[in-house]
Amino acid sequence: MKQKDVIFQLSVRSIRLHFLRSVLAALGIVIGVVAIATMGMMGANMTLSVTEELSAMGNILVVKASSGESSGGMPGPGGPGGSGGSGSEEDLVTEDQFRDIERIASKYGTVYTLYSESDTIEVGDNTRRSTIYGLDPDVIPRILTLSDGAYPKRTSSVIIGTSLAERFDLKIGSKIDIGDSDEGPTTTVRVVGIIEERGMSTDLNTDSAIIGSEKLFIGMYGGEGEYGQVNIILDDINDAETVSTEIMDQLNKKEEQVSVQDSSRMLESITSTLGTMTTFVMAIAGISLLVAAVSIFNVMMMSVTERIREIGILRSIGTQRTEIRKMFIYEAGILGIIGAVIGAAMSVAIGWVVVLAMVGSTEYFLTPASLIYVPSAMLIGIIICVVSGVYPAWRASNLDPIEALRAE
Amino acid sequence: MNPVSEGMNSSPLIELRDVTKIYPLPSGDVVALDRVSLTIQEGEFVAIMGPSGSGKSTLLNQLGCLDRPTSGDLFIAGKNTREMDDHELTGLRLNTIGYIFQKFNLIPLLTAYENVEYPYLMKHRKPDDTGHVSGLLVMMGIDQALAAHKPPELSGGQQQRIAVARALVNDPRILLCDEPTGNLDSVTGGQIMEMIADLNRQGRTVLMVTHDPTVAEYAKRTIVIRDGRIA
Repeated sequence: MKQKDVIFQLSVRSIRLHFLRSVLAALGIVIGVVAIATMGMMGANMTLSVTEELSAMGNILVVKASSGESSGGMPGPGGPGGSGGSGSEEDLVTEDQFRDIERIASKYGTVYTLYSESDTIEVGDNTRRSTIYGLDPDVIPRILTLSDGAYPKRTSSVIIGTSLAERFDLKIGSKIDIGDSDEGPTTTVRVVGIIEERGMSTDLNTDSAIIGSEKLFIGMYGGEGEYGQVNIILDDINDAETVSTEIMDQLNKKEEQVSVQDSSRMLESITSTLGTMTTFVMAIAGISLLVAAVSIFNVMMMSVTERIREIGILRSIGTQRTEIRKMFIYEAGILGIIGAVIGAAMSVAIGWVVVLAMVGSTEYFLTPASLIYVPSAMLIGIIICVVSGVYPAWRASNLDPIEALRAE
Repeated sequence: MNPVSEGMNSSPLIELRDVTKIYPLPSGDVVALDRVSLTIQEGEFVAIMGPSGSGKSTLLNQLGCLDRPTSGDLFIAGKNTREMDDHELTGLRLNTIGYIFQKFNLIPLLTAYENVEYPYLMKHRKPDDTGHVSGLLVMMGIDQALAAHKPPELSGGQQQRIAVARALVNDPRILLCDEPTGNLDSVTGGQIMEMIADLNRQGRTVLMVTHDPTVAEYAKRTIVIRDGRIA
């Protein structure tokens, strides 16, 4: 038994002597560590997953005509859809404005205009509303990927989103009537391609939409040279701020004409919100560690009470106060380390299941940003344990040796 | 192991000057020691006797630096304990004083060997590789097999032998014994007293609290305390 070990040995033996009590105290730490680490990992995986999903549209700037309302926020599917008709003029970007935007932004990436309208569509007996986009046929292959079929070459050809195709059981060659047959003539278009699923995006939401040429759109709704929005796909996401500022500075010099939606900012905002949520959930999980701390404190106080006589003996034969303090801090620390190690092992297993259930994918589970919560929770668990042992240790070291020796 | 040769000088090993100990209680102050003055030379064997509550244990606690006097001075090896802080007093208990208790007071979590080795480790900060601890245990009649047992597994006599070995392990100049045979049968008690007397014959200063006149006979000098005063 080495000198530096003798105090440590006494701590270990005390834990072994009261094995069940020690195990129960350590169990509190195990639960606390598992709760914190699992919640942290879940939050990290959720953030990583959402970031990945949204980063695809992070390089998109959407310019819309401003009607004096503030910019920002997610656009509804189909831009100004639902307003009926062609919309009022102040809601649309003019050809001149588009030229200015193109002049500024074309060196940073692809700039294209977008006509959009919400209208009734009929497929056989089924009727519903859908978004109709009108795009430059040269731009369509550059921004959209097809899962089936080909890009539209004729005016009457359209490509449609996956959800729409599934809902109406539409295939290549299927026909769709656009417009309400009760209110007037409809336009019949033919499906030539199905767009790969894109999910929600700031520029255009294609999954439930019909995309045709500008010519088709103008033929149905008119409004040539009046665009629902202008989209800019940046080559470098870091240019977002520069391009956005430049457009706003030049076009809004005299009066506010356009607003720019910067997707990267939205991404930051969502990531930040998820981070706040993760912290909040972890804080709730942290309550279990506080309960564990009370348990450790209780066990340590019991240990001190039961060992008063032993403390008296140790003090009377020349053990310094600091060494008595160490003995109890070691005891709390050992409980903390055992609890934290078991908790860490369990949180990896439980975390995996929770992430799979809540996020739906464990793709990011083994990344450092996710796994960092395991050592962090361990550290918090150990620190809480040691802190819980400080007062009992202090109390033990300050016992009067004579009083302590009298204890039975 | 001869503490006398290293510490022998003209000044007394222990000196109490007007030592008073008062315990303040809600019912009124209790004067446990009342201006006690006492001088003990190196190598003496002193028995402290007196009826229950006379203050003999309080006196022993003062001598063992487990307690501080309310007033007066206690000098040990020429140093005034009043001027020492807790750290220094603990050091004095570790290096200069060996304590033998009536109830043995061994640490139940440690084996017999580890109990004896404990103060050695505290003092030398390294394990005993000289066989000193084992030698002391053998001297006390504790063999290797017994030394591996924990105190609750041993008899009272065996525990007290281990306690004596522990008290001697750091080669203290003073041996304080508080009713060392109080929890032992007469035969075992006699054996322990022989051991203590032998240690005194080797030059160790022994102060022993007892109420048993037979045990007190081993001492060369007897001090009787009554109502906190030396009679």
